[in-house]
Amino acid sequence: MLSKSLTLLLTLYIVFAGTAVVHAKGNTRLVLTGSSTVAPLALEMAKRFEKSHPGVRIDVQTGGSSRGVVDARTGRADIGMASRSLNQSESDLFSHTIAFDGISIILNKSNPINSLSNVQIQNIYTGKIRNWYQVGGPKMPITVVNKAEGRSTLELFLHHFGLKNSNIKASVIIGDNQQGIKTVSGNPGAIGYVSVGAAEFEEGYGTPIKLLPMSSPLSRPLNLITKQAPDGLAKQFILFAQSSEVNDLIEEQYFVSLAAPSK
Amino acid sequence: MSEFLSPPKNIDRWLGIGLSMLMGLVALLLILIVAFLASEAWPVIQGDSWARFFNSDGWYPLENKFGLLPMLWATLAVSVGAVVLAFPLGLGSAIFIEYYAPRVIGKPFSSVVTLLAGVPSVVFGLWGLTELVPLINNVHPPGASLLTAILVLTLMILPTISLTSRSALSSLPAHLLQNSAALALSKKSMIVGVLVPTASKGIVGGVLLALVRALGETMAVLMVAGNVVQTPSGLFDPVRVLTANIALEMAYATGEHRAALFASGLLLMVLVICVVWMTSRLSSGEVNGYD
Repeated sequence: MLSKSLTLLLTLYIVFAGTAVVHAKGNTRLVLTGSSTVAPLALEMAKRFEKSHPGVRIDVQTGGSSRGVVDARTGRADIGMASRSLNQSESDLFSHTIAFDGISIILNKSNPINSLSNVQIQNIYTGKIRNWYQVGGPKMPITVVNKAEGRSTLELFLHHFGLKNSNIKASVIIGDNQQGIKTVSGNPGAIGYVSVGAAEFEEGYGTPIKLLPMSSPLSRPLNLITKQAPDGLAKQFILFAQSSEVNDLIEEQYFVSLAAPSK
Repeated sequence: MSEFLSPPKNIDRWLGIGLSMLMGLVALLLILIVAFLASEAWPVIQGDSWARFFNSDGWYPLENKFGLLPMLWATLAVSVGAVVLAFPLGLGSAIFIEYYAPRVIGKPFSSVVTLLAGVPSVVFGLWGLTELVPLINNVHPPGASLLTAILVLTLMILPTISLTSRSALSSLPAHLLQNSAALALSKKSMIVGVLVPTASKGIVGGVLLALVRALGETMAVLMVAGNVVQTPSGLFDPVRVLTANIALEMAYATGEHRAALFASGLLLMVLVICVVWMTSRLSSGEVNGYD
C-alpha cells in the first residue's frame, strides 16, 4: 500500500515540478519574473500589450531582482525584471532599460529637519549620530530604518553612500517600500529610504512623511533582462515597453520615462 | 478496546486499509518536507561549514556571515515571553467561562475568544504596526521591539490556550465535581485543588501547542519586531526571529544565501519537532490527563 501512495505522490511531485519549468515555448505566451518594483509597471504594460495583440498572454510574477536575473539565465522566465544594472558576473545577459526610479530619504512629517548632507546621512546610518539635536533638530533619538539583505534598494543605497551593511546600526529592518513608509509615518524620529515613486505617491495621498532633497540623485534603471538578443514576441514586448506609447503608465507610477532620463 | 468490538467485517477492513494509506501519506509528506529542506540547505551544512551558523558574528549574507544564534535566541525569547503572558490569561478565561460566568456573559465571551482565534495574523500585524509600535515608541524608541512582538503574539495564542484549557476542564467526569461538592469544598479550592490539577495534562498540551504556533508565526512578528539581527538584551530591543528572516530574504536570495535560509528553516523545524515530542510525552497518558 505504501508503494501505491508513494507512486501517487511521486506522480504529483513530477506534475507540479513540471509546471514550474515547462511553459509554453510558442509565441503566444510570455513569462516575466523578478523585481517587485518593476512588476506593477510591467503588469500594466502587459495588459495594454495584450489588448493590442489578441491571443497573447503575459504572466508577471514578482520575486526580486536577483530572481529575475537568475530566471532569465536559466530560461525559467522569458524576460527577467531587475531594478538595477547588471553587475560584472551577469554581463553575458542582455538588459533593456524601460524607465528610471529614484531612491529617496524619507522622514516623518513632524520632523523639522529639511535637509541632510551625505556625511550626516552616513553618520546617522553608522550610529555616530544618534540624536536629532546633533544635526540641528529637536532632542529626539533617531530611529534608523534599513532594508533587508538582497534588496536592490539596499545595494544602491550602500553603494551611493560608500557604506558596508555590517557597519550600519539599524533600529528597524524592513522588507518592502510600504512597510518602510508605515514605519516612518508612525515614528516621529525615524529616517528611512524607499523608492521615490512609492514615497511620492504616499505623500500625495496624505501619509505623514516627507522626502528629503538629495545633493546627488540616487537613481537606478528599471531593466528587462533576456538571455539572448531578444526575438519574436519578447522583442515586440520590449520595444513596446520602451516606446512612448507607455509613457503615461510610467508616470502614473511615479517613475521617470526614458524620454527624460536626467532628473 | 478492540476485543469488545464485533468481528471485523469486510467494510471495516477496507476502511482500515484506506485510513492507514492516508496516514502513510501524511507521514510521508512530513518526511519529504524535512528531506527537501535538508537537501536545499546541504551546500551550507555539509562538512564543517555548518559551524559558521554558530560562530559568525552576525548575519550579513552579502559578506558571507551567517550567524543564526542571535535569531534563535530571539525566536525563543519572543515565543516563551508570549506563552508566559498568555498562559494565566488563557487559563483564567477558561476557568471563568467554565465555572464562574453566568450564561448571558459566558456565551458571548467564549464566542469572542473563538473569534479571536480566527483573526488572520496579518491583521494582528497591521494593528501592531500602526497602533502598538507608535505607543511603545513614546516609551522607548524605536517601538518595534521584542516587547511589541511578545504582546502581539500573546493575543494570537491566547485563544489557543483558552480553548484547549476549556475543553480539558469540560471533559472532566461529572463525579469529580459531585465528590468535591459532597466534601463541601469551596468553589475556589475545588478548582485549584481538584479540577485544574486533574486536567493539567490537557492544559499543558494546549500550552505547548500554543508554543508551536508562536514559534512558527511569521507575518505579525515580521511587522512589529523590528527585524534587526541581534541577541536580545532588553525588552525594547528590536529583534529578528527565524521565520521573519526567511520571509524577508527568501525571494531575494540566491546561492549560499538561499541555502542558509533553508538551513534556518531546518533549525526551526528541529525546534518544533522537539516541542511536539515533549507534548506527546506529556500527554501519553489518558486523554486530558484524567486517569
